[in-house]
Amino acid sequence: MIQFDRFVLDNGLRVLVHEDPSTPMAVVNVMYDVGARDEDPAQTGFAHLFEHLMFGGSINIKDYDEPLQRAGGENNAYTTNDLTNYYCQLPAQNIETAFWLESDRMLSLAFGEKSLATQRKVVCEEFKEHYINKPYGDVWHKMRSLAYTVHPYRWMTIGKELSHVENAKIDDVKNFFFKHYRPVNAILVVAGNVKLEQVKRLAEKWFGPIEMGKKYERQLSVEPLQTEARKLEVEANVPLDAFVKTWHMDARLSPGYYAADLLTEILGGGAASRLYQTLVKEKQYFSSIDCYHFGSLDAGLVAVDGKLVKGVSMENAMKAVDEEIEKLKATKIETKELEKVINRTESVIAFEDMSVMSRASSIALYELLGDASMMNTEFQKYQAITIDSIHDYANKIFANTNSNTLLYHAQ
Amino acid sequence: MLDRKIFPTIEEAVHFDLQLKNCDRFTLDNKVPVYAMNAGAQDVVMVEWVFDAGNWYDKQPMVAATTNFLIKNGTTSKSAYQINDFFEFHGAYLNRSCYNETASITLHCLSKHLETLLPVVREIIETSIFPEQELGIYIQNQKQRLSVNLQKCDFIANRLIDEYLFGINHPYGTYSNAEDYDALNTDLLKAFYKQYYLNGSCKIFVAGKMPTGYESMLNKAFGTLPLHADAPVVVEHPVVTASQKKVEIINDENGVQGAIRMARPFPNRHHPDFQKAHVLNTLFGGFFGSRLMSNIREDKGYTYGIHSYFQNHVHASAWMISTEAGRDVCAATIAEVIKEMEILRNEPVAQDELDLVRNYMIGSLLGDLDGPFQLIGRWKNYVLNGLDENYFYKSIETIKSVTPEELQSLANTYLQPGDFYELTVI
Repeated sequence: MIQFDRFVLDNGLRVLVHEDPSTPMAVVNVMYDVGARDEDPAQTGFAHLFEHLMFGGSINIKDYDEPLQRAGGENNAYTTNDLTNYYCQLPAQNIETAFWLESDRMLSLAFGEKSLATQRKVVCEEFKEHYINKPYGDVWHKMRSLAYTVHPYRWMTIGKELSHVENAKIDDVKNFFFKHYRPVNAILVVAGNVKLEQVKRLAEKWFGPIEMGKKYERQLSVEPLQTEARKLEVEANVPLDAFVKTWHMDARLSPGYYAADLLTEILGGGAASRLYQTLVKEKQYFSSIDCYHFGSLDAGLVAVDGKLVKGVSMENAMKAVDEEIEKLKATKIETKELEKVINRTESVIAFEDMSVMSRASSIALYELLGDASMMNTEFQKYQAITIDSIHDYANKIFANTNSNTLLYHAQ
Repeated sequence: MLDRKIFPTIEEAVHFDLQLKNCDRFTLDNKVPVYAMNAGAQDVVMVEWVFDAGNWYDKQPMVAATTNFLIKNGTTSKSAYQINDFFEFHGAYLNRSCYNETASITLHCLSKHLETLLPVVREIIETSIFPEQELGIYIQNQKQRLSVNLQKCDFIANRLIDEYLFGINHPYGTYSNAEDYDALNTDLLKAFYKQYYLNGSCKIFVAGKMPTGYESMLNKAFGTLPLHADAPVVVEHPVVTASQKKVEIINDENGVQGAIRMARPFPNRHHPDFQKAHVLNTLFGGFFGSRLMSNIREDKGYTYGIHSYFQNHVHASAWMISTEAGRDVCAATIAEVIKEMEILRNEPVAQDELDLVRNYMIGSLLGDLDGPFQLIGRWKNYVLNGLDENYFYKSIETIKSVTPEELQSLANTYLQPGDFYELTVI
């Protein structure tokens, strides 16, 4: 059970406080309700580029990192398709420094041309390092645009192409900031060796004067139900044949989400999971195989991906994958297998909750989803899943018409 | 009116009184030492068995690493699947890692399952059988993985720079080739296992919210095995450094980035310069606000990240600079690194910048001391490197007191471009 308090400033900023006197540190976590899904299709990669610019100086403070480091702190940030999260950890005595820094960059950035010019280059290098200069680096670019036709999940957070990042202009940056980076679209979580009253006072002092801004109303195109299996085959300069296959699953808050999560565990969670045991160990068709999903807030994808053992034909390998999926649809899982994936989930939650930083970002995420207290009932939702509901859900999503297959052939 | 240009008052981290929480120590009946950090709010524990079984003891490449990997792939009474399923059913993770000097088996689990799980870890250490089929699958999959990795410039660069520093026959400089995997057989693994695990030198590290009576649980499961606490037989490996200092390799004609590694040999943690050099390294390329990051990423935008660090070896270390930069700016990146070395040699660091580095280092140390797993990790590092808590307090003292002149003098000793290997792999 994670305890927290919650209050809202007049400007709409939601503030959550999690006291943990056992640590000497404090964590300040600011989550903005904007991700790559909120981008213009002609300007993809912008939410992530923007995350970089948030470190390029704010209206009153030339440099974000330096004062934080001087206060003994460290920080980082990440952007997903759904949200952008900034977090810093510092000795609890110096927590006001974090309020000062985070509030100033919520008030306004400096919008320096130099920072934009440099970060465009840095992000382009990040793009190259992770997605171009790596074997199989473009797999998810291709898969996303295959699986989604209208929903903005069809591009990755890094962006659809380098040129979108290269062409970003300072006016675009300003517009993006004042549209999304307002108190009313943000959640502040303060955790660690802090007191509620202290956080109230500091939040009022530093964040209180910031203009509320306009609530961003998300209106994304809903991905229509897929009615036909899709398939894409590519050839590339890689040593091994590989594949990714995906099926559409339910959104984060739907009951189906929990069933999908357990299904990925059954298929790919660990060396005794079904796909690994059958296809890597017994049949030896694959040298690696995984099953996972991204925890997307809107309707996401269940994915299976693997690399084929040299000499195995793509056709036989894919048939073997389909057989495992069909087994799940035809035969209900045993009680023991359900118990196993529930136990694994219990363990994952316990380990995640070890660090204050991770507790702080969980609180922010559940608040973004509507109510931070959901984090304390999450495990019960998994416990409520039955053998029958897993079976029904497997039959619902693992329909061939709901599938997208990318076959990646070695040249 | 709130003046946002004024810094809030801070308590300088250099004034903190950092204390390293002591770990409990006891020995099992067979003298195997246990180091324990019984703390934490979550009902989780970690147990790590550290053996003197790293690739330092290899007589043939990859034997240590393969033995470590396959140790849980079958015992006299359980198949690999049954072992994995058993741990996974309890939501536990049983991992293994092979390093240069040591190799370990690590268990992470909920506290309530520890007593059930320990006997099966014992079974693995006592009766592992290394089936032919498991080795065959492992060799096939490792060779496949290697073929993918060999396309990556960073992977190639990491291998080669170690070879230049230590020599291909030294445990720190060696790397895997497909032929090494083909040359493995189960007899080699069984012999290595018998000598270095079953009858091996072992240390146990535990942390987390330990269940009551965990000491006797450990003794019952591991105190009666033929494990011991004796130091392993001393094995010497001569270091053979490469003579050519500058190398450029094109691994992928179409590569859009180059992996740059610049490195020089450096003594181990026992050398009097080590802790001071740690401060100099932080300033140079050891954190986000470092000179290398500020210049090469934040000013020039040549790379997504550039770092300098000391390699984490017991016998000897190396001072390394590592980055992936745009193909057309690789040479410019190296030139900037050399320029930053020159500045550190020629100009004493400003007091203000040094103060920032000191505060950052102490603050980050404070964060590192938070939580039982982090604490036992630090203790393990000390124990395995023949150090104790004095090292911790001395290191804090060094961070607080090292002077700009001392840092400049260190830069003149160690940051000489001529002493560095310079490797670019595209």
